Amino acid sequence: MTESTGFKQFLTNLGYDHVEGFGEGRKIAVLVALAVLLFVTACIAVIVGAYDLTIADVYHTILVHLTLGDVTALPKLHNTIIWNIRVPRVLLAASVGGALAIAGAVFQGVFRNPLVEPYILGVSSGAAFGAALAIVFPAIFFSIQVSAFAFGALAVAMAYLLARVRGETPVITLILAGVIIGSIFAALVSLLKYIADDTALREIVFWLMGGFYYATWNDVILFVPLVLVSFFVLWALGWKLNILSMGDEEARTLGVNPEKYKIVVITFATAITAFAVSLVGIIAWIGLMMPHASRMILGPDNRFVIPASMMMGGCYLIICDTLARTLTTAEIPVGILTSILGAPYLCYLLRHKGKVIFE
Amino acid sequence: MNAMLRVQDIHFKYGAVPVLSGISFSVGEGELCGLFGPNGSGKTTLFKCCLRFLHAEKGTVQMCGEDISQCSIEHLARVVAYVPQEHRPPFPYLVREVVLMGRTPHLGGFFGVKRRDKEIAMDALAALGITDLADRPYNHLSGGQRQMVLMARAIAQDTPILFLDEPTSALDFQNQMRIWEIMRDIAEDGKTILACSHDPNHVAWFCDRVVVVGDSRVVAEGEPASVISEEVLRMIYQDACSVRTLDGVQMVMPRCVTDRHGARERWVPGGERRETQLSIGVDVVPQNYQNYGETR
Repeated sequence: MTESTGFKQFLTNLGYDHVEGFGEGRKIAVLVALAVLLFVTACIAVIVGAYDLTIADVYHTILVHLTLGDVTALPKLHNTIIWNIRVPRVLLAASVGGALAIAGAVFQGVFRNPLVEPYILGVSSGAAFGAALAIVFPAIFFSIQVSAFAFGALAVAMAYLLARVRGETPVITLILAGVIIGSIFAALVSLLKYIADDTALREIVFWLMGGFYYATWNDVILFVPLVLVSFFVLWALGWKLNILSMGDEEARTLGVNPEKYKIVVITFATAITAFAVSLVGIIAWIGLMMPHASRMILGPDNRFVIPASMMMGGCYLIICDTLARTLTTAEIPVGILTSILGAPYLCYLLRHKGKVIFE
Repeated sequence: MNAMLRVQDIHFKYGAVPVLSGISFSVGEGELCGLFGPNGSGKTTLFKCCLRFLHAEKGTVQMCGEDISQCSIEHLARVVAYVPQEHRPPFPYLVREVVLMGRTPHLGGFFGVKRRDKEIAMDALAALGITDLADRPYNHLSGGQRQMVLMARAIAQDTPILFLDEPTSALDFQNQMRIWEIMRDIAEDGKTILACSHDPNHVAWFCDRVVVVGDSRVVAEGEPASVISEEVLRMIYQDACSVRTLDGVQMVMPRCVTDRHGARERWVPGGERRETQLSIGVDVVPQNYQNYGETR
């Protein structure tokens, strides 16, 4: 009892006002628990791997780096495996999972449809085209990542402009525009696959399946700040997103300009999605499943769904990626695992919670 | 009296079809004004023009003395609240959360929602007597319950002007009366209400003023006793209605019903016990129609 009032007092000090009945105390407790879960998952993920290392070795290495100790004293192999391979990989998996899940929650809210995923506006097809282009013509498009990001963002911009009629972007037009743009880019990817030679074709297919094989500290340093900034912006807009999900006219009468906020949230959600896709390829289902799961636990209020989705997405992708690199001697593309593990979850949703979630 | 809402010469076309051609009226502070008219007469379009969902091609709308075309959406939401007819959001927000959304124009800061806002939301639910719905998912409620919740949200929004689009269309008889009486109470508190309705009796019984719209213009405007007359009703409904007075209360009845009963035995429900005050025609203006709440 004292502990719970202490917790409430702590929240009140942070500027949060508790009112009995809104169940927000419980929701905040769940968020804290999810944050702990994410941390624990990451800590476990760095221990396991193809190369056997003791727990003590792993944490000693990390500790030396974190405390800016003498890195040269560490065994070179340990240092490379732990600090240069596993740690960035786990961090990148967490941030990509988190980014896709946030973007999914945001898109579902804006499009007023719980079946939407972050790729709805054609990011993935655009990025796939960009990546394929860079693989087939390496001389012109020097970087696969830059090219993928540019075309992913371009696809969304095209869909948005296509859907904009008389200063308004109705949801249904936007979704249709996304489908159109997506199919154009998908066709262009097929064309590139057709003209590509065998090595390039292999690489395209591999890229499309998604994976963290090349995770480096550079990626982490670029991507993590972007995800954190986008997360705080979108989280702060959580309540506005609730209003947007009631529909454009409702939003107007409640003092939320739908066009203004739509463009802000779509821009941030697209930026993190396109960046994530450009780093690791197309990873399916996370952006659809995690917001669902969060809503089941916490209800549809986006002030809670957005942070919960991020942490659950991070956990899920860390777990999938850890399985991908440890299950077999050769690595399994993580996109395959997220789909295989995700499909049963969606089946479960459909059979048991379908009514509550979808109606 | 201060005109809180002043609509001047609004014109609007959907493509080439004129929907509103030169609508003007005004509503004073603390008045409950009914907007009455047949299907397709442009009531909803007029609402949408007033709330800036649609842009009128000509004419102005003033609220609290401000031209709304100069107001930001954020500002407008602190001036006017809107109760839409029917809608069903895709996510199962709880009723208390939906009502809390009414506080949005008054929120600020990062997490935004303050204790005071939550209390106002719960008070609004209590005012409508639907506190027991607070923890139900809004999109699982019946149409009538949803209407009550939207009403509570508008009350929580706490604006000087309220627009209600057929607030009683999905409600049972008792709740219809409840909503109209709540609207009366709100108006008595000094708020200005514009409510559109399809029931001439509701408008006649509860409103201070009536604006009758038909054929994309204002057909009649003024006190309900003079406006809800056979003459005006004939203009919008042809010959479908007859206006009677029962116990001093004006009643609009379908002519097919009055003709049938009139032909039989001039029977009036409840009339056996009392002195029958059945009179035909519009020249009898009941004096106590406005004191509906007090006569019981």
